[in-house]
Amino acid sequence: MKLTRRHLLAALPALGAAGLGAGFVRMLHGLNQGHFDPRAINTPLTGQPVPDFPTLSPLPDAPALPGLARENFQSLKQPVLLFIWASWCLPCVEEIPFIRQLATSLVNRTAPLALWGLCYKDQPASAARWLEQAGNPFTRLGMDQEGQAAIDWGVTGVPEAFLIMPAPQTGGRIVWHRTGGLTDALYQAHIRPHLEGTP
Amino acid sequence: MRRLLLAFFLLLFTIPASLAVDTPDEMLPDPALEQKAQQIGQQLRCLVCQNESIEESSAPLARDLRHIVRQQLQQGHSPKDIEAWMVQRYGEFIRLRPAFYAVTALLWLMPVLSLMVALGLARRLWRRSAPSPAPLTPEERRTLDSLLKKD
Amino acid sequence: MTTLATLFCPEGGHFALALACALAFMQGVLPLIGLRRADSPLTALARPLALSQCLALLFAWTCLIVASLGDDFSLKLIAETSAISKPWVYKIAGLWGNHEGSLLLWVTLLALWCAGLALLPGQNATRPERLPCRLRARLLALLGLVGAGFQLFCLTTSNPFLRLWPVPADGMGMNPLLQDPGLAVHPPLLYGGYVGFAVPFAFAISALLDGKTEALWARYMRPWVISAWALLTLGITLGSWWSYSVLGWGGYWFWDPVENAALIPWLTGTALLHSVLVVEKRNLLQGWCLLLAIATFAFSLSGTFLVRSGILNSVHAFANDPARGLFILGLLGLYGGGSLLLFAIRAPALPVPQTGFSPLSREGALLLNNILLCTLCAVVLTGTLYPPFMQLLFGRTLSVGKPFFDATTIPLTLPLLAVMGVSMALPWRQARADRLLPRLAPALLITAGAILPAFWLFPTPLAASTALLALWVISAALCDLALRLQALPKGDRQLHRLPRSLWAASLAHIGVGVTILGLCGMAGSQERLIEARPGTHATLAGRDWALTALTAHHGPNYEAVEAHLTIRQRDTHGPVLAELTPQIRLFPQQGQRTLHVAILHRPLEDLYAALGSVKEEHDPQGQGHYTAILRLHENPLASWIWLGGIIMALGGVLHLLPARRRLIHSAGKARA
Repeated sequence: MKLTRRHLLAALPALGAAGLGAGFVRMLHGLNQGHFDPRAINTPLTGQPVPDFPTLSPLPDAPALPGLARENFQSLKQPVLLFIWASWCLPCVEEIPFIRQLATSLVNRTAPLALWGLCYKDQPASAARWLEQAGNPFTRLGMDQEGQAAIDWGVTGVPEAFLIMPAPQTGGRIVWHRTGGLTDALYQAHIRPHLEGTP
Repeated sequence: MRRLLLAFFLLLFTIPASLAVDTPDEMLPDPALEQKAQQIGQQLRCLVCQNESIEESSAPLARDLRHIVRQQLQQGHSPKDIEAWMVQRYGEFIRLRPAFYAVTALLWLMPVLSLMVALGLARRLWRRSAPSPAPLTPEERRTLDSLLKKD
Repeated sequence: MTTLATLFCPEGGHFALALACALAFMQGVLPLIGLRRADSPLTALARPLALSQCLALLFAWTCLIVASLGDDFSLKLIAETSAISKPWVYKIAGLWGNHEGSLLLWVTLLALWCAGLALLPGQNATRPERLPCRLRARLLALLGLVGAGFQLFCLTTSNPFLRLWPVPADGMGMNPLLQDPGLAVHPPLLYGGYVGFAVPFAFAISALLDGKTEALWARYMRPWVISAWALLTLGITLGSWWSYSVLGWGGYWFWDPVENAALIPWLTGTALLHSVLVVEKRNLLQGWCLLLAIATFAFSLSGTFLVRSGILNSVHAFANDPARGLFILGLLGLYGGGSLLLFAIRAPALPVPQTGFSPLSREGALLLNNILLCTLCAVVLTGTLYPPFMQLLFGRTLSVGKPFFDATTIPLTLPLLAVMGVSMALPWRQARADRLLPRLAPALLITAGAILPAFWLFPTPLAASTALLALWVISAALCDLALRLQALPKGDRQLHRLPRSLWAASLAHIGVGVTILGLCGMAGSQERLIEARPGTHATLAGRDWALTALTAHHGPNYEAVEAHLTIRQRDTHGPVLAELTPQIRLFPQQGQRTLHVAILHRPLEDLYAALGSVKEEHDPQGQGHYTAILRLHENPLASWIWLGGIIMALGGVLHLLPARRRLIHSAGKARA
């Protein structure tokens, strides 16, 4: 059989459809495995220095817990895991046992990582009550009642988490970001390699 | 999966919220500037909802961003600056009309490409010309005749 | 009631669905064997099998409806989507407002199309224009195979008859937004259109299996294309009207992936509608027409797949489930991919047309129409699929929304409109410019005369020029009708003497023009957001809008606050134009709040009011005042958008009516 341009043209739709189909199969597979999320948003901050953001005041009733400012990232001695959370957020409740477990394990291992919090659009009273009930895992906590700092961080919702490595010149560099709650599996897969210097 | 569920959950609650009519307080007093703000807002995607611009959505984050657009306009920033400010924080995702760069080239060139391919194929039809069509079989002719009579 | 409930119990429905699946499979296999062995009894089984499959599915629906009306919350579907307090209309219509029910609707509509095909009288010696019986048996078999696959999907992964234990005392209720009469009819129409394109698809597959197209196949196929197209047009129109009248901020098209999933088959279906004409009249473009028939149905199927798989970011998405997505993707690969493969193998062997045509001819215009429609389709498809594919391939997230689609589709629509106006006046094969110009002159004059008013009336130059093109389409269609009427013999110059297909085409073109005019008018819509106490006046579009009162209102399953607006012409003393009563409805069962928009449709504009929120304020004397936030719109020509859709569909219906004989008959009576 002689292949003509006609054959090629007639085969094009089938080839195109096959390409689309293969893409769809991979997307569905990714959806099942959890590594393809059509609702995900890439933050442009990954790999960038910590953004400028307004200084956040601490919780009024917790004098031991300092607030959060851009300068705090300037003098970092250790990596920081910054959590964006709120007391009104359900997935944050589900996330907290893991964060607390992380906090205790860090204390025992002389803390190669600091856990900081940014409390998004929350009432100080309910945030304080929530922290008291959950057991406070944070060593710094900024109250972002207006949500302005969160916009500078490119936050779209709670919970979110940022991993920041010390960088003396630029004052902290964001190396990893996640929208949604953290789990131990995610920690092992994405955060630990950074801490151990093998990302 | 959890994030998906969460998104679905959000969806349930953002639908009614997205219908909400917001307060006139947030509108700028100057109608021309307000119209400019709306034009900018219509190009920016509400990040927590699906396929809505921040002008159309009443999600709290969209309201905050709307506020920022108006604030920056009043401070004299250009629409381009404001869009850049947003993209710096939220990435290309926030543009409902993607900018033209390597990744989006195919998207933007698609109309021209497909038009050219289609016209190229059609030209062959136009140029092809031959004396006469294949004659009908007697049976076909009978059928055709009866049809033509009916029409 | 008890006997009825026993007869139509959910298990009965479940059984009927399984039976229908088996029947569909038999319908798919037996006639094909019969045709191959020239065994006519086996071939003749196609019709009874199609009819009984349809009856079985209708029985399943009856069971589901009986269960829903009887508030049988032991059915999972009903417990999740219904409630005792739900009005009975929505107890029925709500059944197709969810994944399981809508799929059952999908397969039932397919069975109904099959039944229609089976009931249509076949070809005989006196009526050669009818469908040959052998072809019909084969079409039924192919449709049976399609139906069997989807019924299997229904049974295995989305069975609407699953029971629930423990049985809840009341259901969770339905999303209040969906409790709207428009949305009760929208899915059956839309799905009817999607599924209807299965028939042209079957025609295409049948032709490809033979490796040749039957004489007159395009003529047999055309009514099926037109009826599916008319339903899809109505479905899309109604969907757009729903978002305008329910979502509360006056938008009518959002370029949401789900809307695009309906628009794409509509675009290819419209292209098919036109190219099938070329095949019928000139026997050209056969392969292209077959490809369009396959693509239209494949796009209809992919719409179903994409909505349910969770791949696309959409407002409308059903509860996403990748497992279901994989099953539908398999079906899509089987039917869509399989048929495209068949096309790749068989299409090159189709007879090559030996004749060509001039670009300036009816064929040329139809071809240009196909090119533009398919380019539009390519743009919409690319825009819809670009974000998930970019994320998959490059890990980049981006959005493609309304501003992109507006910027790319409008420049393609303008030449399409220009061609539409010329096309009706063009003869087949070769047009002569010197004859064409006089034919087009009246329409050109009308359009030219409207240039100044258009630029004065419409807000932007783009809207004005688009509106002019729409006017050009309408006036060209009307002038063409008038000229053809004039060409009739003198004593016989009556409108009904013109061929029905001409009427149908003109009407459809006028419908497009009307819709486009509506879209241009909407570009000049004005809106105002006000904070108002009873007694407050506001001016919008030269009218006085007064809030007279805020009252409470009790609905069957909701509580509402109602704002009473009086709109007067000109100023506070002008004559009353309208009383509008928008509401905020609270559905306690779902804890959900919806807006109930009030719209006054007038011929040239819509007056539209939405009540956003109501708050209570206390003045220094401690007296309470209610303040309402209202969004007021004046939307010029808004209802033309949907009116145009209805006119287009009417054009399709007119083409299908066996009107000729009856018209002549009734005309004869009228004369007598």
